[in-house]
Amino acid sequence: MRYLAALLLCLLALPGRAEEVVLGLSKDKVAITATFQGSEILVFGAVKREVPIPQEPLDVVVAVAGPKEPVVVRRKERRFGIWINTDAVEVDEAPSFYAISTTGPLNEVLSSVEDLRHRVSIPRAIRSVGAPQGVTDAQSFTDAVIRIRKDNGAYTLQEGGVVLDEQTLFRTSIALPSNLTEGSYPTRIFLTRGGRVVSVFETTIDVRKVGLERWLYNMSREQPLLYGLMSLAIAIAAGWGASAAFRILRER
Amino acid sequence: MQIYLPIAEVSVNAFLLLGLGGIVGVLSGMFGVGGGFLMTPLLFFIGIPPAVAVATEANQIVASSFSGVLAHLRRKTVDLRMGTVLLIGGLIGAALGVVVFNYLKSLGQVDLLVRLCYVVFLGIIGSMMFFESLRAIRRIKSGTPPQRKKHGWVHGLPFKMRFRTSGLYISVIPPILVGVAVGILAAIMGVGGGFIMVPAMIYLLGMPTKVVVGTSLFQIIFVTAFTTLLHATTNFTVDIALAVLLLVGGVIGAQIGTSIGTKLKAEQLRILLAIMVLLVCGKLALDLLIMPDELYSIGAVEGH
Repeated sequence: MRYLAALLLCLLALPGRAEEVVLGLSKDKVAITATFQGSEILVFGAVKREVPIPQEPLDVVVAVAGPKEPVVVRRKERRFGIWINTDAVEVDEAPSFYAISTTGPLNEVLSSVEDLRHRVSIPRAIRSVGAPQGVTDAQSFTDAVIRIRKDNGAYTLQEGGVVLDEQTLFRTSIALPSNLTEGSYPTRIFLTRGGRVVSVFETTIDVRKVGLERWLYNMSREQPLLYGLMSLAIAIAAGWGASAAFRILRER
Repeated sequence: MQIYLPIAEVSVNAFLLLGLGGIVGVLSGMFGVGGGFLMTPLLFFIGIPPAVAVATEANQIVASSFSGVLAHLRRKTVDLRMGTVLLIGGLIGAALGVVVFNYLKSLGQVDLLVRLCYVVFLGIIGSMMFFESLRAIRRIKSGTPPQRKKHGWVHGLPFKMRFRTSGLYISVIPPILVGVAVGILAAIMGVGGGFIMVPAMIYLLGMPTKVVVGTSLFQIIFVTAFTTLLHATTNFTVDIALAVLLLVGGVIGAQIGTSIGTKLKAEQLRILLAIMVLLVCGKLALDLLIMPDELYSIGAVEGH
């Protein structure tokens, strides 16, 4: 399905087929180990073209998204003197991570029509269909998701983060935070001229737990009872060990 | 040193977790409380998802209580008989509590009810203990001898049993009822229930404070072990890496706490526990009363 979508996007971009992206990633796999402290991915590439460079300046937009998941956004209100959750809106699709890097201000390098079509900017990347009855300001819930996730560094926008040389070579670095979730991270590169998208390139970055992390995670899902018993055994052993160690210390 | 937690999916400082475990462990060994009512909010604060925090906390309490109980067993300050009776009541109560919890969940607002439960119970228990211990300390200072144990209605009930370690000869009905009540509350509030159990044993059953701590810890081990297994098999939210870091600090803390506890007088111990309970209660009450900085919160969708 994703390939089909990619193919469609390519077809849509046919008129501007004269220019294409040749991409490189410093790595296309991110391994989450026990001491994982975040990672930086260098996205670099060149523009391949078979026609002379057009007059209009070229711009590049790089967007890396985390796995999409539905979330519930709750709002607190004061009732009977205390603050409690009242309204809740389900946001159907919100990426757990989203980073955009561009050569210039996003609203200049990408027109709003193209943004709507390709769902590039942060508000467009989040999909929320319909709020329950009684909630009239559904938009403020989507805004809250963006605000909270921008504050904790999950959503970032670097305007001017992409360096473009001679309208041909471009590069940018995307910082992945340490509290990364597992999954495929779809990465898209847009070439634009005057706000129009002339070429799209898509790839994915694979984020996976490895080693001990992988083993523990799988065990907790596949053999939960054994995992629970192992947790208890470790707890009892640690409790006994500390007690024994202290007794030896005291008897000296 | 940052460490990535496999189930919680966040990266946290390992020394911070060791420290937190240690502090809560000291309190656990001193007062016979599991420390869940302190640790769980602290874990939320450093960014651990609530579901993982609650489940993993239960596992850590098993370790620190076990460590504490061994220390108390050596001092012969555990009433195993009383502990078993309380435990039977506790397990019945926990099963009832899960039913109540699921019913509340179906009504929505379970978070609020849990919070209100905390504020009300911590408030009542904390202030009762605080004033009682204050009176006891004054009495000792003024030199009046403590009152003799009264023979109330508790002593008129059938099924009497001798609890040698506690120096009691009472009916098993009150301890079982205390166990059931604590079990229900523990299941709803997601904690071992030590902070309710300890005052209940002192004031309702009339057990000596020194025995209460060890007996409470003994009972908590089983309740929290049960909770851990339940969370691990149904919600998959026990993070073993988080638990190990917390419990290494916790078991060491529990040993230190136990030796501090035996050096303090019973009244001092009670008044300190009362102050701690009141502080947590005050913090939770303020959270409900003061307008939060961020009115919105993001949660996972149920059933995914």
